[in-house]
Amino acid sequence: MTTLLILIVLVLVAIAIWQMTKIFELSKLKTVDSQVATDKDNKYNGYLLFAFLIFIYGITIFSFYKYTKVLLPEAASAHGADYDYLLLVSFIIIFFVQTLTQALLHYFGYKYRGEKGKKALFFADNDRLEFIWTIIPVIVLAGLILWGLYTWTNIMDINDEDDPLIVELYAQQFNWTARYGGTDNVLGSANVRMIDIDKANVLGLDESDPNASDDVIVKELHLPVGRKVNFKMRSQDVLHSAYMPHFRAQMNCVPGMTTEFSFTPTITTTEMRMNPDVVAKVKRTNKIRAERAANGEDNSDPWEFDYILLCNKICGKSHYNMQMKIIVESEEDYNTWIESQQTFSQTMASMQ
Amino acid sequence: MSVTAHAHIDDHADDHVHHHKETFVTKYIFSQDHKMISKQYLITGLIMGIIGIAMSLLFRMQLAWPGESFPIFEALLGGWAPGGVLDADMYLALVTIHGTIMVFFVLTAGLSGTFSNLLIPLQIGARDMASGFLNMLSYWMFFVSSVIMLISLFVEAGPAAAGWTIYPPLSALPMAQPGSGMGMTLWLVSMAIFIASSLLGSLNYIVTVINLRTKGMSMTRLPLTIWAFFVTAIIGVVSFPVLLSAALLLIMDRSFGTSFFLSDIFIQGEVLHYQGGSPVLFEHLFWFLGHPEVYIVLLPALGITSEVMSTNARKPIFGYRAMVASILAIAFLSTIVWGHHMFVSGMNPFLGSVFTFTTLLIAIPSAVKAFNYITTLWKGNLQLNPGMLFSIGLVSTFISGGLTGIILGDSTLDINVHDTYFVVAHFHLVMGISALYGLFAGVYHWFPKMFKRMMNKNLGYVHFWITAICAYGVFFPMHFVGMAGVPRRYYENTAFPMFDELTDVNVLITIFALIAGLAQLVFLYNFISSIFYGKPTEQNPWKSNTLEWTAPIEHFHGNWEGKIPEVHRWAYDYSKTQENGEYVIPGQDFVPQNIPLQQDEEELNH
Repeated sequence: MTTLLILIVLVLVAIAIWQMTKIFELSKLKTVDSQVATDKDNKYNGYLLFAFLIFIYGITIFSFYKYTKVLLPEAASAHGADYDYLLLVSFIIIFFVQTLTQALLHYFGYKYRGEKGKKALFFADNDRLEFIWTIIPVIVLAGLILWGLYTWTNIMDINDEDDPLIVELYAQQFNWTARYGGTDNVLGSANVRMIDIDKANVLGLDESDPNASDDVIVKELHLPVGRKVNFKMRSQDVLHSAYMPHFRAQMNCVPGMTTEFSFTPTITTTEMRMNPDVVAKVKRTNKIRAERAANGEDNSDPWEFDYILLCNKICGKSHYNMQMKIIVESEEDYNTWIESQQTFSQTMASMQ
Repeated sequence: MSVTAHAHIDDHADDHVHHHKETFVTKYIFSQDHKMISKQYLITGLIMGIIGIAMSLLFRMQLAWPGESFPIFEALLGGWAPGGVLDADMYLALVTIHGTIMVFFVLTAGLSGTFSNLLIPLQIGARDMASGFLNMLSYWMFFVSSVIMLISLFVEAGPAAAGWTIYPPLSALPMAQPGSGMGMTLWLVSMAIFIASSLLGSLNYIVTVINLRTKGMSMTRLPLTIWAFFVTAIIGVVSFPVLLSAALLLIMDRSFGTSFFLSDIFIQGEVLHYQGGSPVLFEHLFWFLGHPEVYIVLLPALGITSEVMSTNARKPIFGYRAMVASILAIAFLSTIVWGHHMFVSGMNPFLGSVFTFTTLLIAIPSAVKAFNYITTLWKGNLQLNPGMLFSIGLVSTFISGGLTGIILGDSTLDINVHDTYFVVAHFHLVMGISALYGLFAGVYHWFPKMFKRMMNKNLGYVHFWITAICAYGVFFPMHFVGMAGVPRRYYENTAFPMFDELTDVNVLITIFALIAGLAQLVFLYNFISSIFYGKPTEQNPWKSNTLEWTAPIEHFHGNWEGKIPEVHRWAYDYSKTQENGEYVIPGQDFVPQNIPLQQDEEELNH
């Protein structure tokens, strides 16, 4: 890869130098040049426009060939499949239009390059043409709008049907905390004004609220597969954004209000680790990390795939390292895990 | 002042130019002549542009080679790059100031300020702006705001670093981030002055276009440049005051303890007193300007493209009325789409639906414009001057960048790409690169009018081709980085092993960016050397129809000696033929606006 890059740079630099010398020669020879494009300029630049079209297609194909592998794997949530399908259809439309319009634009630039004595066509208006290319985007976009809105309404319809698991995602500079409702699946009320660091009440839970006593506060998010999760997001200081790319999920965390998002995880972490795309990605990544280890660099431990929660709203110095691991597991594993955690009242008691 | 006072009496037989005695100060510094002011805008804008682009190169280096030591970091940033390794706070500051400078100082003031000032009076046939004094004031306020913005770079705790969108609470609390102290105060003061400057300018443009058009210059005969500047000014007047109010309320929250945008905050071990405000309110106010701002940046570029493309294609712009209608439609819609920046901000999802609807609607006039540009090229006699190439390049990036807007404008699809590099790639192509191309097209095209000399075309070609290749080289692969889930404004991606294999892409992007940066030096050299040593221009080098080319090459306050030209036709009679197939003026493929209708000529359009 590095060699390729160096090659590209060298080629570009060579072209630049070649062009420069050509220019200086030209500027010496023809001092009477008017600096307005001549037929020769039109010819060369016309050809270059055509070449540029090929470059655009080339970099598109190159990027797809080279970078398709870096894209996110299969969606791990119930609505994720709808999301990916809508995305795919939108991209097909986009690439169709892109290929066509860039071709027309640059081909016309090449085909109709100026020559002395050539006559341009005085063509100022054509109602039918304009109607056609107004109505086609209208129809296509109307389709996309309706489809998008339908999906959006479904995703954002956060309700209590199907016994959802209630989880609070709590953001602060620069880490995440998760809180489960506990056995009653109800989150105790909380406010930053009730935070008491000395008593380890870091999320500001109301100690007198009975719903709060069985809440479970953790630093790693565990989710049972196949059960809907309703997230309640809070932030204690600045804006953050809870971004869970593998689940096609994101919602900002806003101080002063509770925001919500909901999805149903469909693929466990273990299953996802066996997904061929993920296997290949882990392999590639670990190769890079092995090289680093050999060179004695940082970030060189072997990596195992995990779902991840990232902060995606600028929040200060360590914004780039604000993350929490997400583990999707079977219902039984989840139950075993949650039972092994301390509840809020137990934590409080142990602090006394 | 008498000049402007007389300007509207354009049918006055003995109207003539008053030559004032001008000192160095009144001519070059506190000038009230729109041509000089436009040059001041351009040069100030270019200087800000150099700084803004240089910053982007610095943080691109950090992204490609995270944590590596570069002597240039230490040389330029000193204590902010101990041992040559960029500091994480400084990284955010660079990103923030890069965005601010490029959006406001380069592409709003540098682009719209330069060409609105130069072209509005010259193309509508006026002796100057409606108020030369306000115009001068507008420039000098812009200058002061630029200076304050640059001073903020030298504040001890660092300049503003909360992103160019300065969302509170991050921007409101110095304990959340060092840049939110004095740096942010200066940022807000600078922007408040900038907004005042922009308003003075915009009001002046609007009044001038409405009142000072020469005889025969009906609204439907205006060149599209003027339509674009006119509508841009209106959008500015509608939306900039809202940003001012947001900035003022933020200043109150920061300095006077109010709670407009802040509530329930616990930071650094203590609860703050703020109660009842909402950061989401700030987002609404900010984007009420922020989104129209995209079009404030873009419409002038599109207007310039219309003019440059038509002239160099030797063809009328295709669908003049549709172009005007699109500009108006875009302007109207641009003020009701701001919520698409906030789909996942926590606002009511129903609002998200409404904004998806209006946002995708705006794609329609945009598509019409793109198709009309392409048709303008069809069967033309294209004179591929550098300005023309940049115009074609603009259409190309406008399409590439605009299309991905269909993804981001769709509230559903936005969920997973919101605030990722996908967004960065999208808006840089559609408004950053496109508007810069518009700026370059304008500079190459009107340089002879501004500086009485021609720019070197071959250097122009080198500049265009390297820039065009690098722009796609930078931003096309960047879409993939975003689709891989990489958030923007990350100092480095090394904390996430899942992004390890993206290092290669980032290196590629950075290399293209560095080459693109070098290519701009070619432009700078060409620009500066042509001012002094360029080939003297002829009266109408591009054989253009618009009125500015009828004005004498020599600059003086008042633009035309004697009478102001009268307009008899629209601006796009290129290659118009009589029924016998001969050009309207035999042997000449263009008919300037001040030429009366010829015998047997039919006025086809206006």
